Amino acid sequence: MTARAPGTDAADAAAQAAREAVFDAAVAADERIEPRDWMPEAYRATLVRQIAQHAHSEIIGMQPEANWITRAPSLRRKAILMAKVQDEAGHGLYLYSAAETLGVSRDELLDKLHTGRQKYSSIFNYPTLTWADVGAIGWLVDGAAITNQVPLCRCSYGPYARAMVRVCKEESFHQRQGYEALLALSRGTEAQHAMAQDAVNRWWWPSLMMFGPPDDESAHSARSMAWKIKRHSNDELRQRFVDIAAPQAEALGLTLPDPDLKWNEERGHHDFGPIDWTEFRDVLKGNGPCNEQRITQRRRAHEDGTWVREAAAAHARKHTAQPGEAQA
Amino acid sequence: MTGTDTTTARPAPALGGAPARAALALGDDALVLAQRLGEWAGGAPVLEEEVALANIALDLLGQARVLLSLTGDEDELAFLREERAFLNLQLVEQPNGDFAHTIARQLYFSTYQHLLYAELAAGDGPLAGLAAKAVKEVAYHRDHAEQWTLRLGDGTDESHHRMGTACDALWRYTGEPFQPVDGLGTDTAAFEPAWLDSVTAVLTRAGLTVPDGPRTGAWAAGAGRQGLHTEHFGRMLAEMQHLHRSHPGATW
Repeated sequence: MTARAPGTDAADAAAQAAREAVFDAAVAADERIEPRDWMPEAYRATLVRQIAQHAHSEIIGMQPEANWITRAPSLRRKAILMAKVQDEAGHGLYLYSAAETLGVSRDELLDKLHTGRQKYSSIFNYPTLTWADVGAIGWLVDGAAITNQVPLCRCSYGPYARAMVRVCKEESFHQRQGYEALLALSRGTEAQHAMAQDAVNRWWWPSLMMFGPPDDESAHSARSMAWKIKRHSNDELRQRFVDIAAPQAEALGLTLPDPDLKWNEERGHHDFGPIDWTEFRDVLKGNGPCNEQRITQRRRAHEDGTWVREAAAAHARKHTAQPGEAQA
Repeated sequence: MTGTDTTTARPAPALGGAPARAALALGDDALVLAQRLGEWAGGAPVLEEEVALANIALDLLGQARVLLSLTGDEDELAFLREERAFLNLQLVEQPNGDFAHTIARQLYFSTYQHLLYAELAAGDGPLAGLAAKAVKEVAYHRDHAEQWTLRLGDGTDESHHRMGTACDALWRYTGEPFQPVDGLGTDTAAFEPAWLDSVTAVLTRAGLTVPDGPRTGAWAAGAGRQGLHTEHFGRMLAEMQHLHRSHPGATW
């Protein structure tokens, strides 16, 4: 600490106001905020929380699909699924890198995931019970993720927006493949069709929950929209997704498990039934079908890998030239 | 699988006889190792290795699909053959174990596969085209395995110990790749010295002792090419084939 000269407080306040004005003007003009730019601490914290949660979702999200890699019913489907799970690890890497531009480390964020201080998407706490679940995840879960993420390509924070551009391209590809896998089942044998319908029945409502709580209960929405981190409300995006998915279900020859789902001519949208928010809150609190299993597996992979990471670090230390050594 | 299938209009396989059996053997190596590496998904020690192991598994699965398709229908061959009809090396069916076991298996196999594919690519046999493409992938697999052998062997005391244990445990499976394979059109025994030199050099650089157990004969393993496998293999196949076999005739 250095002693402050008289009058510095006023100067600081003026400088602070000037920085805020520059930031607000940049956001208003749809300019990108970059890592070296000044930003409000709350903006930084919100982004760290959101990007970390997004990265964690990619990593935990590998588990329900990896569950079927060794059992995929054809070599083509096995290859597609392996590539998809590999891409998810890659998306995790981009997103942790984006978060690191905000002054946190990947290790620190993983530690928060492992100790339950940061969350991941509620959807990955549901089990994959049949092969058709892999198709349903591709179609519905990736579909919902894309609906959420495409607007994030215009997010005010540059590194996050750029990561989203890459992620969305790959996700769209996977979503088409998931749809196509489900179509093959729907048009296949009776048993395959039934498998596809059962999977859609189980994944539909959890997919709608991916958009988060209704607008009047969403704690962070208003501020995130003001900062242009978010561009649309949870309910708006959810409606957009239902409007896209309903005709797709029809084309698939499958039904969605909602007796209230119907086109509303007047609104120009589909009406749909009420979401079970009690279930949503239960899953978020850690009481979904797979919360315990997912986090335990993640922790175990991390703990079992400790000696490998330590070996890599020790090896790097031994074989990195010390300062001055290279010239010797 | 080499008989004529009159139920569909599928094109006849490109290979028959001994060359088909050789392609099947190499295809089975790639398929079985891809399956093992697929078991790592979601469980790797670090995110970068999730990507790397899946990437290697995908390359191998791609090779397997080309090789199996040369001799018949890839899915019939992968999902409807019994254990005794698989011709892969016993090395590739060994369980993943810890990361060191997986890396030792990768080191031994990818060094062999790289030498074999380089040889096939240089020739004019029916597998030359496939080998020319795959040899580039396999060079990357070999580099990955060598780098990790060095890191683990010359890392911490624990990693050194684990890597040494893994190299010893799998050593007995390393004679089999150099047994003659009918129809392959190349003398696999001829590049055994190069394999041994290369593996010895990597292990030595990693500060590890080159294992001194037997690689052939008596208690060493090595009849996978004749369809005789280790006990691990049946369970692996049961998991891999279960769904496909549960829906006879279905398309996916």
